[in-house]
Amino acid sequence: MCLAVPYRIISKDKNKAIADVFGVKKEIDIRIIEDVKIDEYVLVHAGFAIQRVSQEEAKETLELLTELCENVE
Amino acid sequence: MRQDFRNNPKIKQLLLKITSDLTTLELERPLNLMEVCGTHTVSLLKFGFRHYFKDRIKFLSGPGCPVCVTSVHDIDKTISLAKKGYRIVTFGDLIKVPGSESSLEKEIAKGAKVDVVYNPLDTLRIAEQTKDEIVFIAVGFETTIPVIAGLVLDAYSKSIKNLTVLSLVKTMPKVLRFLLDNLSGKIDGFIMPGHVSVIIGSEPYKFIPEDFNIPCTISGFEPVDLGLGIESLVRQIRANKPIVDNRYTRMVKKEGNPAAKHLIESVFEPSIVSWRGFGKIEGSGLTLRDEFEDFDAEEKFDIQVTEKVEQGGCICGDIISGKQSPLDCTLFRTACTPEHPIGPCMVSFEGACSAFYKYGEK
Ligand code: SF4
Repeated sequence: MCLAVPYRIISKDKNKAIADVFGVKKEIDIRIIEDVKIDEYVLVHAGFAIQRVSQEEAKETLELLTELCENVE
Repeated sequence: MRQDFRNNPKIKQLLLKITSDLTTLELERPLNLMEVCGTHTVSLLKFGFRHYFKDRIKFLSGPGCPVCVTSVHDIDKTISLAKKGYRIVTFGDLIKVPGSESSLEKEIAKGAKVDVVYNPLDTLRIAEQTKDEIVFIAVGFETTIPVIAGLVLDAYSKSIKNLTVLSLVKTMPKVLRFLLDNLSGKIDGFIMPGHVSVIIGSEPYKFIPEDFNIPCTISGFEPVDLGLGIESLVRQIRANKPIVDNRYTRMVKKEGNPAAKHLIESVFEPSIVSWRGFGKIEGSGLTLRDEFEDFDAEEKFDIQVTEKVEQGGCICGDIISGKQSPLDCTLFRTACTPEHPIGPCMVSFEGACSAFYKYGEK
């Protein structure tokens, strides 16, 4: 159920948007993502966008990995 | 970016660090870490974590596979609706789950009308194209509930008359408290369900470190996420300072998704619901608010069925409450296989039995 593939928003119209996932276009519902913008990435569950994906936070996670590994004795 | 979360050479280093941290703990028994979400069960097997930590960490499956936690009684209700001639719409996994005597799949063979959808909103289209009475069987946790709420609101605003929802949805925090009240002493740490947390945030888990002194991490599903989550739990256990540590910050905010929570609350209110393996838990389910009663299958139809027990021999209930593993089931891989599943943990691809089967766990 919990696939974590981000969808990229291509166009939107009220509650609905067309998003790209691996080159395939899908209609998704965006009513619980405030002010979603074209080219933003969202996490989709059962056809519903449930969160925007934070690219900055993604980098921070990888930085945390690097940091923890530097301290390996 | 995804590859950085999957094939990252630093993951090996992180695992070595966790192993050395575990050594300093001088444990007399393996740590018991519960992965609540079924997708985590799959990821831990798929990416080799379970095998890697074999003697040091025991991963216990939790009540986070929506199909697995659905009770036999509730499955029987869906079958009785199908037998009465209503057209059932639901997610694919559910139709194969055996009730006390039949399954939706068997009823299809006898002529029952059942549609499988990936996106619950497709149910609207089905309802608009037919005069049949449609019943959407809603299973799922906080991740899926906003979608079901969206379906009800859309049906309401379009004044659709032939669509109802049988709400079997469940919410996570209450069942975790119930589990801890009954299993305390056994669980050393929790890996919280990543996408439930996207909706509800990290606050609802706070009672676990505060009242039970057990550490929690919120984790994603890629190898980096799992490694960071396990590292956090071991670190917290060493320091004996349990918190809810969010290590999935690219998706999970402290407050969750407020618009999603608002959507859920506008359509649903808490109710008592029965869980496979746990029984009835007050406030752990959701039922439609009065203003949406026209869309509530329980209100519109008579779906009383007598309560019957689980099929003999299946220990799914004990598996999803962390008491036993699929390897403890005498039917596993013999009488029960994905082709002939006896219980829901073998039906659902995120069920522990199906995952153990797929990845050849011994
Ligand atoms: S192996 Fe089959 S019978 Fe045994 S617990 Fe799992 S689903 Fe139930």
